Amino acid sequence: MATESIKYAAPDTETKLETKVFPRPGQHTSGIVDWLTTIDHKKIGMMYGLTALFFLLIGGVEALLIRSQLWSHNMDVLTNRQYNQMFTMHGTTMVFLVIMPLSAAFFNYLMPLQIGARDVAFPRMNALSLWCFVAGGLILNLSWFFTGGSPAIGWFGYAPLTDTRFAEVIGDMGPDFWIFSLQMLGLASLLASFNFITTIINMRAPGMTMMRMPVFTWMTLIVSFLIILAFPAITIALVELMFDRTYDTNFYDFLEGGKPHLWQHLFWIFGHPEVYILILPAMGIVSEVIPVFSRKPLFGYGLIIFSGAIIGFMGFAVWSHHMFTTGMGVVATSAFSILTMLIAIPTGIKIFNWIGTMWGGRIRFDTPMLFALGFITMFMIGGFTGIMHSSVPIDAQHQDSYFVVAHFHYVLIGGALFGLFCGFYFWIPKMSGRMLNESLGKLVFTLMFIGFNLTFFPMHYLGMIGQPRRTHSYNEGHGFETWNQIATIGSAILGVGIAIGIFQFINAFFNKKLKPAGKNPWDARTLEWTLSSPVREYNFARNPIIKSRDQAWENNYGAKENHSEKEPLDDHGVHMPDRSWYPLLTAFGLFVLVIGMLFHASIGPAGELVRDYTVAICGGTIAIFGIIMWSLEGPAGYHLFPKENEE
Amino acid sequence: MSDASAHALDHHEPVTSTGIPNKKVLMWAFLGSDCMFFGTLISTHLIYRKISATVGGNTLDVRDIFDIELTSFSTFILLASSLFMALAVSAIHKGNLKSTRWMLFGTIIFGSIFLACQVYEFTHFAHGKENVNGDLEHQLTLSSYAGKTLEEGKDAVLEPHVFGSTFYVLTGTHGTHVAIGVFWLIGWFVYSFTGKMSTADAMDIECCGLYWHFVDIVWIIIFPVVYLMEYAF
Repeated sequence: MATESIKYAAPDTETKLETKVFPRPGQHTSGIVDWLTTIDHKKIGMMYGLTALFFLLIGGVEALLIRSQLWSHNMDVLTNRQYNQMFTMHGTTMVFLVIMPLSAAFFNYLMPLQIGARDVAFPRMNALSLWCFVAGGLILNLSWFFTGGSPAIGWFGYAPLTDTRFAEVIGDMGPDFWIFSLQMLGLASLLASFNFITTIINMRAPGMTMMRMPVFTWMTLIVSFLIILAFPAITIALVELMFDRTYDTNFYDFLEGGKPHLWQHLFWIFGHPEVYILILPAMGIVSEVIPVFSRKPLFGYGLIIFSGAIIGFMGFAVWSHHMFTTGMGVVATSAFSILTMLIAIPTGIKIFNWIGTMWGGRIRFDTPMLFALGFITMFMIGGFTGIMHSSVPIDAQHQDSYFVVAHFHYVLIGGALFGLFCGFYFWIPKMSGRMLNESLGKLVFTLMFIGFNLTFFPMHYLGMIGQPRRTHSYNEGHGFETWNQIATIGSAILGVGIAIGIFQFINAFFNKKLKPAGKNPWDARTLEWTLSSPVREYNFARNPIIKSRDQAWENNYGAKENHSEKEPLDDHGVHMPDRSWYPLLTAFGLFVLVIGMLFHASIGPAGELVRDYTVAICGGTIAIFGIIMWSLEGPAGYHLFPKENEE
Repeated sequence: MSDASAHALDHHEPVTSTGIPNKKVLMWAFLGSDCMFFGTLISTHLIYRKISATVGGNTLDVRDIFDIELTSFSTFILLASSLFMALAVSAIHKGNLKSTRWMLFGTIIFGSIFLACQVYEFTHFAHGKENVNGDLEHQLTLSSYAGKTLEEGKDAVLEPHVFGSTFYVLTGTHGTHVAIGVFWLIGWFVYSFTGKMSTADAMDIECCGLYWHFVDIVWIIIFPVVYLMEYAF
């Protein structure tokens, strides 16, 4: 391991700054304190990934319950309210607690390595982002234990389903938990994105020009911009909804002059860019994997990046295609229909570029490549049904039917999740230093591919013959049973595949019997593969000077003038910023603030509404205290002295 | 940067790819995002402004509620605070700590006057105005509004309405931004007495200034859109 070869600096007096309220964990911190206070982007990335995989299991169990309920007509595995809660929680969990944080895990771990940086621009803010995400996930799932249980409003929370007067259970707190957890998760995403944007723009190694950056890093940049521009819309929509529910405002209250339609617009102005926030990271991963396993440079590097940017840009101009049946009028509907058709073009360009990359290449079918190919084919099916929906009359037929469920699962599982699994199989050797078992990996792919198609392909047909989505049961005589049973069997197979996959990923970090990975087991192309596996604490012992795109490949096979160089070792060593308790403390303060807001109202003895903000104020005070102490403690730090020949 | 502070840790101050300090890039990205926050709020206000002009047969004329003289005054004060802020940033760049301190103080005072005006405004709007008979009318709450009194000796009736919702949440969000800015500036003001402030802090104060100017610019949009437009269209 790395520690053996590092000569540690004698403790410097200059690194001990002011006295602190919480003693700052020093250089040799290990164990649980290290993980709680770490500001290392690699550890933060791993915690992001682990938490998201845990939520993937929870969301998966919710999905399996939904599938069991639909096994046959008039089943009662779940009551209708439980069914509504289940699809709400499944959707919210999978979008905000699984796909986004899994992408964030890769952003965190890989992006600094790919641009030759020692960390992100604001390491402590990165830790705050992680803890806000954990708090958000906790808040959402705490909802099960309070009045009304978890929300039953759909992941989209359409008004007036969220109106307190229409709650099935009096004093239903589900939507409140939902609102506050989304606010926390939004904060986590925003903090991370500001950080990534600054890092990519400002912290590239010498010679790492924008057009030499790996495609995955480019997609990180584009997605970060999408997040900072799209999340404000839902943040404000949720603030307005929170005011509606808590302080009786009328934003979405149609009985008192509000317009439920406005919620849909605000939600989808966020919601459609969100679709690209979910898929672009997977596209970035696949763009890294396909060239490696085709042993060819990426075909049309510039075009792939440019179409990614165009997709991101146009993603803000197509939101109303989620609302074709709400009666927006001919002009708006036509405009959004045309723009939706246009956005298929940059997506198609990417697919042709991936095919072009493989064309004439010497393709190896290792597990990451299988997932990449699965991604392309499955995402294409989802894309084609998407183009069908851009046509307004067809959309009106498909609206709220199982066809739509099939469409977006092809994009989100066949697309995003396959892409992310591809990333895990590709990069876990880099993260853990050990190779994953190929046969087991291929088994996981086979199970997931077959299970996924068995589950979701029949849903196209079910939708066409009229099975409505978000409906907890169906009657006999519609001919829905057979295909639903196939889908339920498929979902079980998919679940087994995913579970084995997750086991394999985690096992790689603990099982010492696995084959060591070495620096570059796949003969891969980008900068992170020039480093030892697992990557050392300081990433780069000596700052690299980049000479070409695909630097790792050029170093092995390219002309001499394209080989990267290294800046000389610094006499002062590598400066590492200190760990800090304050990100965790600040996130804890925000968590208490949210709990305080959720439970601030009660009914007094005379039946009057009593508002008590004590807990909320305590939480806010803790958070503000954390921020102030954070800014006073400064980055501080210590120095590491890598040896001359270390990477 | 003094020789002492240039020691060990500071020489790691990274040379960025663009030459722009990281914190400034962060601040610009945040401000871009903040545009979307206010964009959403202002859109909500504009969408509802005409749709919900009447409720229960009563036309809402918010000119009866507004106190445009006071708001014009507080607008002027907030804009003037930007001058102090700019002077503070200029002073810290030149290393004039005393001037920085008092310009920061000026910004804090003017920001606070603006906030005080807003608190006064909110309180009075929510309470309503007394007419010659001592009855309350022209009242605006989060969820309702009251027009004129119809009968002597009775307060005007509150009716459900959206204007209060969009008005208070939009201007309240702006006020929250100003308040955060004031606390941030107070932090710098206090820091200036510790003797640690130097030109090394210039960039941080500049970021604070970027935020402050942005919040001002947002008010330049809110003031015409929310207040002045009611007198024009």
